[in-house]
Amino acid sequence: MSASEQELQEFRAEVSAWMQENNPADPGFLLPQTFMEVSDDQQLEFLREWQHKVWAAGYLGMAWPREYGGGGVDAKFQSIVDREMRRHAVPICFNVIGLGWAGPLINDIGSEEEKAKYLKGILTAEDIWCQGFSEPDNGSDLGNAQTRAVRDGDEYVLNGQKIWTTMGNFAKYMILLARTNTETARKYDGLSYFLSPMHVPGIDTRPIRKITGEFGFTETFFTDARIPADCLMGEEGQGWRIAMQTLQYERGAEAGNAGGLAMVRVTIDDMIEQLADVTRDGEPVLRDPIMRDQLVQAIMEEKALAIGDKRAHIGPLTTDYPGSLPLSRKLRASEMTRHMRKLAINLQGAAGGLYVGDDEVRQGGFWQRAYFNSFSATIGGGTSQVQANIVGEHVLGLPK
Amino acid sequence: MSVVGNTALQFSEEQAMLLDVAREFCRDKSPISSVRAQLESAAGFDQAVWDEMVALGWTGIALPESCGGSGMGVATVVPVVESMGRAMLGTPLISTTLAGQLLLRSGAGDSLEPVLADIAAGSPASVALLENGDWGDERLSCHVDSNGQLQGTKKYVVNAAVAALFVVVVEHEGAPALALVRAQELPAGAISPCTLIDQTRRAGNVDFSGVAVPREALITGSAVASALRDFRLLGALLLAAESTGSAASCLDTVVDYLKTRKQFGKLIGSYQALKHPTVEILNAVDSSRSFIYHAASLVTEGPLDKDTEIACRMAKAQATDTLLYAGDRAVQFHGGMGFTWECDAQLYIRRAQWAQQQFGDAQHHRKRLASLLLDS
Ligand SMILES: Cc1cc2nc3c(=O)[nH]c(=O)nc-3n(C[C@H](O)[C@H](O)[C@H](O)COP(=O)(O)OP(=O)(O)OC[C@H]3O[C@@H](n4cnc5c(N)ncnc54)[C@H](O)[C@@H]3O)c2cc1C
Repeated sequence: MSASEQELQEFRAEVSAWMQENNPADPGFLLPQTFMEVSDDQQLEFLREWQHKVWAAGYLGMAWPREYGGGGVDAKFQSIVDREMRRHAVPICFNVIGLGWAGPLINDIGSEEEKAKYLKGILTAEDIWCQGFSEPDNGSDLGNAQTRAVRDGDEYVLNGQKIWTTMGNFAKYMILLARTNTETARKYDGLSYFLSPMHVPGIDTRPIRKITGEFGFTETFFTDARIPADCLMGEEGQGWRIAMQTLQYERGAEAGNAGGLAMVRVTIDDMIEQLADVTRDGEPVLRDPIMRDQLVQAIMEEKALAIGDKRAHIGPLTTDYPGSLPLSRKLRASEMTRHMRKLAINLQGAAGGLYVGDDEVRQGGFWQRAYFNSFSATIGGGTSQVQANIVGEHVLGLPK
Repeated sequence: MSVVGNTALQFSEEQAMLLDVAREFCRDKSPISSVRAQLESAAGFDQAVWDEMVALGWTGIALPESCGGSGMGVATVVPVVESMGRAMLGTPLISTTLAGQLLLRSGAGDSLEPVLADIAAGSPASVALLENGDWGDERLSCHVDSNGQLQGTKKYVVNAAVAALFVVVVEHEGAPALALVRAQELPAGAISPCTLIDQTRRAGNVDFSGVAVPREALITGSAVASALRDFRLLGALLLAAESTGSAASCLDTVVDYLKTRKQFGKLIGSYQALKHPTVEILNAVDSSRSFIYHAASLVTEGPLDKDTEIACRMAKAQATDTLLYAGDRAVQFHGGMGFTWECDAQLYIRRAQWAQQQFGDAQHHRKRLASLLLDS
């Protein structure tokens, strides 16, 4: 179904008005900038209510099928919503592992039963999802995951441990990568993929305190936990392939995301704005030649990425290494963000040494916390070093 | 408004066609053996190849049809120059195009049509601007004296030995002006060739003292200053385009070696100490390419606006830093072989050092970008 330009224009105006009217007032506590920062029940309930409201207005999952709670319309409408959400700086739609990874996966390869069971709850925020991939001993080397799933009649019995499970303590479901076969020649072939319930005996989570001082992810323990056999997605042994497909959604290389604002965007303009009253050598810091040069380099990096996103769609300008722009994007964007936030603290002078909780910390310690949180993107979803391996091997064709 | 600002990117049919044709032409006519064959020749390029480029109409791409050009603008020169850079093809195309742009934008009007027609027809030209090594110094001592004679020496004039026409930037009644000098008007020995770090190029110091400049050969007026500013920006853009092409082939050279050389029983490309910086080169080339085509999307026939100035400066700051990084790593990653004359890494690192210093280095442009971006 394709939409006319005028239809889209009218829709934009409608959404803009809705966001204006419904953007929640400041709740008086800190709101997460990404789903990885949801650390307490107060934040959770606030965000759950907000996402539900967005969905009920018809502004989430617009391109997902109607029968599963979606809108069944052109994805262009959702893009408009997402842009308006960013523009109006509304809170995030926090159920990202469902909306962005598990949901598209179920939509693309799930059975009818799976779609009917899971998709709507993802959109309404009734069912929060988490991801059980990483283990204490197997992180970057995900293919070596050892958490066991053994078939026993109508059930699988789970034993082992996952870690860094974002929202593990809030989630109802987990996308789980577990080993059903320890005898395969290739370690990858023994893995299977499950859409597992979290609230069953034998699955326990323990929150882990993060670098920021807050909570937000968990250790997840499996001790003879029994889950129905139909939680298996696809067939035994297909886990690795499905996990790789999941990472494609996660890294933004594959479409299907339900939409919604996944993270608050902080721009270089925001950073510059907060510096108006900061001095260096008695002069405004924005007049310092060395700091100016650092800012210019940060601006250039952001601008190059934005232009690159457009260039990726112009065939003749991408002939050398066609995969380069999309496959490098996660690496570049996450590293750029980390740099920018590091610079933001540097620019504050001595006050940069304060932290969240100090009366005088600038903007409540926003930049200090944001800098620490920026590592979630340079480590999570495949570390920058692993991303560089992927680009080197899959784009440039360098040997493993 | 965001400091990131304009991110426009357009790519026209003409640009696509020229990119295609130029890539193939440069690959055919300028294999690395031909590049090397010219390193020690007097002209620095193959006349027959230049004649073919002229026949293809490349010297007239950005000149109006009334002068025998094709009126497609500098945007369409960018893919050609990028392709030349890729093949390390040294010819007077850049200097000739830039001289044409300076004249076209100088406000001299129809009287210049015959000169521009010569340029479109392939007569090499060069702008004589620098009097010292400082691209940021806009003061001029070169001038026309009371006898109507030029006085002064210009430095590092590109393609001085082959240029048929020099556009000499002079001071005249307290403002910049342009003096047109034909090569045959130069006294014997006026040109002293420079020995350049990049042997695919040629330049010389030119002493214009004593050359008579009739009134009609002196372009004055308020448009000259703005034309000069735009000439510097377009020069930055074309050097950036060429450097982007060169960096892309430097990357290919590195990747080839990393896929063939073995040490400790493994291909060296499997070592991350080499693999990851090579990915950085790739990403930097990507940024360069995005910037040059962004700038090309904004360049107009009239005076360049602020967004275009930002785009040209970013392109130059990015592209020559990128080529320098690529060339530098190319030498290191070839080991002992990288230290040799025979290894192509030397071509890239030498070109990088020359290109970085042309039309202002990265710091020169970033300093100006800071004012453009942060002082509004
Ligand atoms: C905020 C946050 C949220 C997360 N949320 C989740 C989640 O919800 N679910 C989940 O399953 N996981 C999650 N993760 C885990 C994340 O995916 C892993 O941390 C990541 O894959 C790295 O694994 P690791 O921690 O075991 O580090 P390791 O793999 O042990 O890496 C240690 C260091 O070695 C480097 N390294 C490892 N292998 C290589 C190699 N081949 N070449 C070069 N360098 C290498 C890494 O880059 C890193 O610097 C999250 C992580 C963070 C930080």
